[in-house]
Amino acid sequence: MQIIEHFMSLSLIRTVLLTAFSFCSAARSLSTSVHLQAQAKSKKTLAKPGVKNIVLVDGVRTPFLQSGTTYADLMPHDLARAALQGLLNRTGLPKDAVDYIVYGTVIQEVKTSNVAREAALGAGFSDKTPAHTVTMACISSNQAMTTAVGLIAAGQCDAVVAGGVEFMSDVPIRHSRKMRKTMLSLNKAKTLGARLSLLGSIRLAHLSPELPAVAEFSTAETMGHSADRLAAAFGVSRLEQDEFALRSHTLAKKAQDGGMLSDVISFKVPGRDIVSKDNGIRPATMEQLAKLKPAFIKPHGTVTAANSSFLTDGASAVLIMSEEKALAMGYKPKAYLRDFVYVSQDPKDQLLLGPTYATPKVLEKSGLTLNDIDVFEFHEAFAGQIMANLKAMESDWFAQTYMGRKTKVGAPPMEKFNTWGGSLSLGHPFAATGCRLVTTVAHRLQKEGGQYGLVAACAAGGQGHAMVIEAYPQ
Amino acid sequence: MASVRLLLTRRCCTALKTTTARTHVSYEVKDNVAVVRINDPTSKVNTLSRHMQAEMVEVMNEIWGNAAVKSAVLISRKPGCFIAGADINMIQACKTAEEVTSLSQEGQKIFDQVEKSPIPIVAAINGSCLGGGLEFAIACQYRIATKSKKTILGTPEVMLGLLPGAGGTQRLPKMVGLPAAFDMMLTGKNIRPDKAKKMGLVHQLVDPLGPGLKSPEERTIEYLEEVAVDFAKGLAGRKVTVEKKKGLVQKIQDFVMGLPPVRKQIYKTVHSKVMKQSKGLYPAPLKIIECIQTGIEKGNAAGYLTESQNFGKLAMTSESRALIGLYHGQVTCKKNHFGKPERDVKKLAVLGAGLMGAGIAQVTIDKGVATILKDTTEEGLARGHQQVYKGLNDKTKKKSLTTFERDGIMSLLSGQLDYRDFENADMVIEAVFEDLSIKHKVVKEVEAVIPPHCIFATNTSALPIKDIAAASKRPEKVIGMHYFSPVDKMQLLEIITTNKTSKDTTASAVAVGLKQGKVIIVVGDGPGFYTTRCLAPMLAEAVRALQEGVGPKKLDSLTTGFGFPVGAATLADEVGIDVAAHVAEDLGKAFGTRFGGGNVEVLKMMVQKGFKGRKSGKGCYVYGAKSKEKKVNSGAEDILKSFKLTAPPAVSADEDIQYRLVSRFVNEAVLCLQEGILPDPVQGDIGAVFGLGFPPCLGGPFRFVDSHGADKLVQKMKRFEEAYGNQFTPCQLLLDHAKDSSKRFHK
Repeated sequence: MQIIEHFMSLSLIRTVLLTAFSFCSAARSLSTSVHLQAQAKSKKTLAKPGVKNIVLVDGVRTPFLQSGTTYADLMPHDLARAALQGLLNRTGLPKDAVDYIVYGTVIQEVKTSNVAREAALGAGFSDKTPAHTVTMACISSNQAMTTAVGLIAAGQCDAVVAGGVEFMSDVPIRHSRKMRKTMLSLNKAKTLGARLSLLGSIRLAHLSPELPAVAEFSTAETMGHSADRLAAAFGVSRLEQDEFALRSHTLAKKAQDGGMLSDVISFKVPGRDIVSKDNGIRPATMEQLAKLKPAFIKPHGTVTAANSSFLTDGASAVLIMSEEKALAMGYKPKAYLRDFVYVSQDPKDQLLLGPTYATPKVLEKSGLTLNDIDVFEFHEAFAGQIMANLKAMESDWFAQTYMGRKTKVGAPPMEKFNTWGGSLSLGHPFAATGCRLVTTVAHRLQKEGGQYGLVAACAAGGQGHAMVIEAYPQ
Repeated sequence: MASVRLLLTRRCCTALKTTTARTHVSYEVKDNVAVVRINDPTSKVNTLSRHMQAEMVEVMNEIWGNAAVKSAVLISRKPGCFIAGADINMIQACKTAEEVTSLSQEGQKIFDQVEKSPIPIVAAINGSCLGGGLEFAIACQYRIATKSKKTILGTPEVMLGLLPGAGGTQRLPKMVGLPAAFDMMLTGKNIRPDKAKKMGLVHQLVDPLGPGLKSPEERTIEYLEEVAVDFAKGLAGRKVTVEKKKGLVQKIQDFVMGLPPVRKQIYKTVHSKVMKQSKGLYPAPLKIIECIQTGIEKGNAAGYLTESQNFGKLAMTSESRALIGLYHGQVTCKKNHFGKPERDVKKLAVLGAGLMGAGIAQVTIDKGVATILKDTTEEGLARGHQQVYKGLNDKTKKKSLTTFERDGIMSLLSGQLDYRDFENADMVIEAVFEDLSIKHKVVKEVEAVIPPHCIFATNTSALPIKDIAAASKRPEKVIGMHYFSPVDKMQLLEIITTNKTSKDTTASAVAVGLKQGKVIIVVGDGPGFYTTRCLAPMLAEAVRALQEGVGPKKLDSLTTGFGFPVGAATLADEVGIDVAAHVAEDLGKAFGTRFGGGNVEVLKMMVQKGFKGRKSGKGCYVYGAKSKEKKVNSGAEDILKSFKLTAPPAVSADEDIQYRLVSRFVNEAVLCLQEGILPDPVQGDIGAVFGLGFPPCLGGPFRFVDSHGADKLVQKMKRFEEAYGNQFTPCQLLLDHAKDSSKRFHK
């Protein structure tokens, strides 16, 4: 009881503080409006008549940890709960102000198959707030966010929490189909004789379990294998991949040390210490990277453990609102969430080319060109996958032959690209990455003073996503 | 840089020395690795022609003479083909066995040099690597193959009545072991990359690539080359070793194979198996066994000598000529000689979901063409649907399809009971019951719903197409497409045109057939067209033989002993006694006593008693649940007894019975050519072998007349004619050939 009271008083204080702050910022925005108008001359806002402005109020994430480390004994909804609570703490959001919760997950824990609801209840949201879970592989939380955008745009909700969780320290390992069949029949068997005969039908082979793999169901190819083939198809060398991986780790380290990763919240893991940092960032030397053997295509492949994203535990959450509601509640939004697209293509040979297909499409929708974008955040599944996408985006031939476009869209300039690290270094809890990308774009736009950001990601099933994000006037 | 300059100067030198530039084989040196690229500009596939061999020898000598080259990669520039084999025409051009033997010895010599190469050579295989191509590859020190669906390795020579004559019979057993080598060479089957790796036939596999900055095919070859170059460097620098660690099983197998009595037993078993399956009618498998045995038991020199000599001998056999003739015929019958149809068939409708209809639907959807399968009853439709599903699902079990591909293919099939969507059909194939009035009803129903351009094809085995077309408002769009059961296994499609069928309709039907993977003959209209018309007299003779007291088993062994893959009695059961009765009666009416012999009443009586063949569980034989041993149906025997005929002793020896059956078949085939039903002997041979199982070792009825001698055949027929009458009267064309021995159907 005491603790709850303590929390309540804390959040009260926060609300008070926030309200005070928002008055300040409202005052400041008035004073800077002249400056803003000057900026708007060169870059128009993407607001469309008749379409609600939807904003990202804030976004948080738990530290992303390599699976099997500090989070090892948790369950997925524990991590999700931590992210949701973190969001509540950071925003000071009254719990009953949330109309809906959408959460993403990829590898399902069967006990909590609607993990959104379990986590929301545990995080202390009102039990009157409905919650549902979405899944779309590595773009699950992107799907959660755009679902939220849809709900708000349609006028059905004003404040939606979206997020995603992935917990790779524990994955469901099943009995074999034959064993399951026997066990299910056992339930129905009425007599002892029937039961015994069923038990007698169990063979040693039935006991071998079914392990989940990061493999396409349709092609049975593991994603790393596909990434290696993709890299080879675009002539991406091992050296290029190792260099990109090293870049990711180096930039992530710099961002971490420089305090840029402000979306990370501290999380007191039950029975363990407080975790407040991602633990997968490890800048190595090129020599060390070169020593590793290929992990998927042996012995001549180029994708290694070091130039792939690693198995990660983590969760993220964002608060999305209509601009009106956010302002009415006294928030200072971080960014507008603008146009977004989903694309899909051949799950065998173009499994990871989502960003290539999605980028030109979303830019066209927004009436922007690549040059208009100040901040790029692409999901780094594999260094080879990123390099292949960059080469595909740079190729007129690819655009014409496979995308039905007249010209290439062009590759993002590296100085604007994933400058605070990416999935290769920060980690990639599948369904949590999307929110990290969007929040990072918002933070980078604020820090760097840019106006437009672009998020793009690939996902299993040969799908992809991109979203344009516009900085909220400061 | 030094090596580049060296290469440039060398290139200048060769350019000066040889006045004609090389067209088939080229090479460049990359980082001390010579990359040898082969590409026959005159053909879709690479073959080891004289030209190719000469350039290859030239290039290899240059490489071996270049001290800067430390290793080599052999690769084809053709997507889908490494080397498809030796040049068959080169072998066929030889007049004597000695000539062929010396060809073989030249090949052996080249590959021997490759095997003893001072620098490691890596064969980089993408696409078909067959026959001489495989022999080349296994002479190299290392093999890397792509996992492309087009990559297949194998020694198909046996199917041409030949043997691997460039060291294959000597190298393969050492590489993959005796049992696997026998299996490969005696069956000639294609080996997929995964299997090849397991067998030790290739060392590494490379995945085919998808879209990149170039087309997948082009980039895959490039990638294969890059990987192969890396391995070549590794081999030269001794970072990669060729020898694989042997597992325990392999060690045990090697030990067992090292025991002479064990090997002797294997030779014996293989020999008796071959004799049982080939009835001793095919010399090639026996020669292959001899070559392998000699090589292992008497050493390399003796082995290579036996191989080249046997190769020469086999090339001169009538069996090899027959099989090569069939190969060429098959190539001809896999082309559309009627031009490109005005529009592609994108939607096909099949009427009747029976065995045939479902089979046609299956081979259509698995080529990506949307198909409607229509039946009149739900039970019929469900059965047909299940047949298609099972056909595809069996492929997933064999791993030639994934379950996803299966589902994708099935999604193209629309099973229905009504004529919905027929307005979008480009072709309708009807496979309803063989009854003219039903067919007429169907023509009218269908023509009421299909668009004007839609073709109406009828899958009938005996009814004349013009009779069916009589009910049509647009006979130019009506054509016969006679499939053979089971449709997904039998390669032949007999297309029948009437004098009203338009050329575009024919072109379209051939295009559909080719898409379905069929070997196609196009014949004229008439009762029984070509195939059924040839089969009917032979079956009539078979019934007569049965009536004369030759039991079904004996009849079967006589026909299989002649080279038919299925015995005559079993064939009748497979075709269906009811169908046979139907056809016999129809054609009997059309052609009169020439189609007599056995009494049609025998068949009718069997049908009456329910002995309709395999489909009803009883025919000449009883078909039990799973027993392998077929039992003669005593009920059928009783019927035969009641129709008993006395066998004339003069024409009832085993050989006589065989020739009675075959000569009636052959005579009818020749008559079809004489009457213009058949356009040429090639299609006649292909139709008989691929549709009716005429002995492949004889190459078809026309090649059989050529090789057996028309005069000898006529003599036999005259003898039978004396005993039985006009069923054995040779036709005029056959008589012409008998009179003038220079007249031949095949040159």
